[in-house]
Amino acid sequence: MKYMLLIHSGAVDEQGGAPQCTVEDWMAYDKAVRDAGIHVSGESLADLVTATTVRVSPTGERTVTDGPFAETRELLGGFLVIDVPDLDAALDWAARCPGSRDGGAVVVRPVADFGA
Amino acid sequence: MAGEDVPAGEGLPAAGEGVAAGEAAEAVEAVFREERGLLLASLTRRFGDLDLAEEVTSEAIEAALRHWPAEGVPARPGAWLLTTARRKAVDRLRRDQAYAARLAVLQADAERAEAVAPAADAGSASDPGLGELPDERLQLFFTCTHPALAAEDRTALTLRCLAGLTTPEVARAFLVPTATMAQRIVRAKKKIREARIPFRVPGPDELPDRLPGVLQVVYSVFTEGYAASSGPRLQRLDMAGEAVRLARILRRLLPAERETAGLLALLLLVHARRDARTGPEGEPVLLEEQDRGRWDRAMIEEGRDLVVRALTGGPAGPYGVQAAIAALHDEAADVESTDWAQIVALYDVLLALTPSPVVAVNRAVAVAMRDGPGAGLALLDALAGEPRLRAYAPYAVARGDLLTRLGREGEAAVAYREALEAAGTEPERAALRRKLGE
Repeated sequence: MKYMLLIHSGAVDEQGGAPQCTVEDWMAYDKAVRDAGIHVSGESLADLVTATTVRVSPTGERTVTDGPFAETRELLGGFLVIDVPDLDAALDWAARCPGSRDGGAVVVRPVADFGA
Repeated sequence: MAGEDVPAGEGLPAAGEGVAAGEAAEAVEAVFREERGLLLASLTRRFGDLDLAEEVTSEAIEAALRHWPAEGVPARPGAWLLTTARRKAVDRLRRDQAYAARLAVLQADAERAEAVAPAADAGSASDPGLGELPDERLQLFFTCTHPALAAEDRTALTLRCLAGLTTPEVARAFLVPTATMAQRIVRAKKKIREARIPFRVPGPDELPDRLPGVLQVVYSVFTEGYAASSGPRLQRLDMAGEAVRLARILRRLLPAERETAGLLALLLLVHARRDARTGPEGEPVLLEEQDRGRWDRAMIEEGRDLVVRALTGGPAGPYGVQAAIAALHDEAADVESTDWAQIVALYDVLLALTPSPVVAVNRAVAVAMRDGPGAGLALLDALAGEPRLRAYAPYAVARGDLLTRLGREGEAAVAYREALEAAGTEPERAALRRKLGE
């Protein structure tokens, strides 16, 4: 069963980065996920100042805006998709993720299975 | 499933005699309340699907009600029910191939998980040989009370699946329309199924994290039954009784956990006072005014034995300590001879275990009994800034009572008026109006 871990950071610095976790923490976590054989995919996102939003109106008109910038304290900083037997296993991996500490949060969502 | 006992009365006719189906079904489920939880747990484990398990459990119980009166109760009724339900499940899976395929995947996963962690089975003491159903309810307890479910949903599912209440009964317990409760239960089961909340007993390393959540659900069923948070009546005994029954089941399933003994002890020692706790008009009767002769002595005895077990062999947990406090009240002949010093000491332990302003209020009241109203009031006033106590009626009532004992009637009236604003049930409000002389 595939779960996506949406990694939200708590505090954000001026560049929209999350200062609280060290690179070593993330490298160790990434290695653990790969060693466990559960890694499906995952990316960490560039700082929020680089974000651009696209909306298309009912008439087909495209609107492109800078941002969004962090309006709330929680900001999506990356994601990880893992394949584990059940929610408890997914929650364990979420708890081990450095992004779940220091005011951050990891949202665990099952990936929809359309019978494929 | 092949090669198992064929229960008597197989080859059952199709269901549905066409009588007042809803009511009849509800009555039937009540008769088989205990069996229902056992069957459900066992079938959920086997098929990995709570919905399927619920449907075939109900069908098997209906079949029993049709056949047993005519053909006699089988030698092993539990095994009959389980085998009948299993057959019905297999029939359904044969009819619905897509469903079966999905379940097969689930089951393969479940078996894989079991192969990795055989220790997870240790809690389910199976004894199918004596006509009894194997008790696999512990897994269902952990599923229904999973922290990934909303707190209200945990309570609703536990009442539905483990206490064996019907959905209308659960709805009445929550004072919501049946349709609302049905929707909530469907939503919770969807989350269990689609997010794949597992049916398993947490390993020994996880148990300290997970058990408090299970106990909390049973405790909240009890407190809602004991002191209804809203509505016309002060106590809802049926809910409190269900909570005691659930606590007994947990105690049987996890005999080595001292907090399961502590929880059952606490519930028994408080529930023992149920008859004395309300007056003829349904009004609350304070501990000091209760007719202690109406307390249930047998229940108190049972609770006291359990307190001893809950408090020996290691550091005490919060339920064990609360049970010990309840035992001291139950043992005393009256309020004056109650061992208040010991109760204050136990509240100190409880505050260290679970720091909470509500516990601090109870401790302040005990200090007032030990050292006089002035000492208690000073402690209560020191808690005035706590946001959780702002709309907490017992805090204002306790202040009002201590102010009255100090002869400060004007300030007491102000406190009682605050309590009146916060009180949730009509009997509580009536009692406060009497204190105010209204």
